[in-house]
Amino acid sequence: MTDRADVLGALGTVYDPELDEPITSLRFVTSCDVSAAGDVDVRLRLPTPQCAPNFAYLMAADARDAVLRLPEVGTVTVVLEDHYTGDEINAAVGRGGTFADAFPGETDGELDALRELFRRKALVARQSRLCERLLAGGATVGDVAARRVADLPDNPDARRCIELRAHLDIRSDEDAPAFVLPGGEPIAASDLRQWLRTASLVRTSLEANGGICRSLLRVRYGITDPEEVAA
Amino acid sequence: MYEKDGEKYFVLDTHTHFWDASPENWVEGAEEYAKGWIECFHAYQGLGPPDTHWPIEKFQKYSEEDFVRDMFEEGHVDVAIFQPTYLKSWYRNGFNTAQQDATLAEKYPDRLILNGRWDPREGEAGLRQLEEDAKRYRLKGVKLYTAEWHNGSRGWTLKDDAAQPFFEKCIELGITNIHVHKGPTIWPLDKDAFDVSDVDRVATDYQELNFIVEHVGLPRIEDFCFMATQEPNVYAGLAVVIGGLMHARPRFFAKVMGELLFWVGEDKMLFGADYAIWEPKWQVEGLVDWNYPDDTFSDYPAFTNASKKKILGLNAAKLYGVEVPEECRLPVEEGTPAAREDAELVEGRG
Repeated sequence: MTDRADVLGALGTVYDPELDEPITSLRFVTSCDVSAAGDVDVRLRLPTPQCAPNFAYLMAADARDAVLRLPEVGTVTVVLEDHYTGDEINAAVGRGGTFADAFPGETDGELDALRELFRRKALVARQSRLCERLLAGGATVGDVAARRVADLPDNPDARRCIELRAHLDIRSDEDAPAFVLPGGEPIAASDLRQWLRTASLVRTSLEANGGICRSLLRVRYGITDPEEVAA
Repeated sequence: MYEKDGEKYFVLDTHTHFWDASPENWVEGAEEYAKGWIECFHAYQGLGPPDTHWPIEKFQKYSEEDFVRDMFEEGHVDVAIFQPTYLKSWYRNGFNTAQQDATLAEKYPDRLILNGRWDPREGEAGLRQLEEDAKRYRLKGVKLYTAEWHNGSRGWTLKDDAAQPFFEKCIELGITNIHVHKGPTIWPLDKDAFDVSDVDRVATDYQELNFIVEHVGLPRIEDFCFMATQEPNVYAGLAVVIGGLMHARPRFFAKVMGELLFWVGEDKMLFGADYAIWEPKWQVEGLVDWNYPDDTFSDYPAFTNASKKKILGLNAAKLYGVEVPEECRLPVEEGTPAAREDAELVEGRG
């Protein structure tokens, strides 16, 4: 029987597509209840009532899908609370509908391209963190460029890079290059410094955005926020 | 003017408002949006120091006395630029129209500059209105809000054919400063609403005009920076960067400032307090006191007294033809040029 820990575990695999962080660590999960019959009720919240509906929809729909993949789960209800398009999103997600179902006539299509764009940004940002750590540890640009996937450390950034590469159809077998351009080509040693300069800007943007979201959530719900997470 | 440690700073706040978001001004049937909008702004105020937070009632509608005190008497601001935001679909008399701003601007003609606005979806009538506004308010700038709703349309881009006659008209009328809101927006629903590629295009097409990207495209600073390095007439409007990060997220603020100084450069960054979201006082004082927190930031360009003077006022004074008192000027010098690197490796265009 699925229990609350299983559900939270499943929700931990759902990422804010824009920030590339799990909705659980972002504290977007307000509550999560599992009834004796295995029915699941998840409540989500966002930093502002006007957070972009596209990302809001993706998180709600992904949350439902992730919980539905659990074995022996009953009915699954995911409700986005306190959002100006909450009714539309909840109705569509509740019936397993698409983004276009939620907002008929207001979208040209689904959100795959948007999701892919942000996965590419996330991969760049995570690679830059891994790369900077290696260089700070004394590796040369030549060393870094020569790294294979098998050489990557076992840490959240590296694991997430592998997941993102799978989503983006970039090979990530043990022998594949550890650091790649958004199209999957390896980053040459001669390009590495320049790549890092731009990649660290992408990372700063993502992290600063995450910082603002956390601050706004804290203000909105009066929750405590221990400290800055990165930078 | 602000003075600290013998240095005198001319403060030109490029982004201020005099709004009315009180319930009496909400459009019937759109109350939810009108209320949500101002509450969202109010949440951003929460990112500033606690002693600068206002109750929501005051935040919805503040007085002329509040404005004058917070900006000029206590806020160190010499000259401020009103950036109107109409939002007439949600607010009956508009959220913050040129007319509202004009009531104050007329009383303080030497201290308040009024920017106008246009919307290509208004066609010929919009062009005529722009001409009238330009004459009445002696416009040197406009604020464009591409995400605004209009007759069932939920946004537009600077690249639209319908927008081109408006740029031509701006050139004809001497309206050289085009402020574009690129920051938290909502529509269109299925796209990323922060796309700055339209600015890229028009900045190339209209070299006579300056494009000030408000909120530096937050949260897509990278897209903005990569674009701004390629376009000499694109500027960074720092509203939200200082207010939203300097107090709440000081290390991120340091990184964002470092990146902007590197990519965009101190000659193209413009202070904006974004009153009444945030009062200018703590932002001006904080920026003058600010430096990188430690030497892990040593790869970024230095932040000098000259950088502060330019960003707080001198850069904008140049764009708007505002005379700066002798004692606040800098000796004539070359600016520290920003990076002009190519971003193709990250953007994957190569």
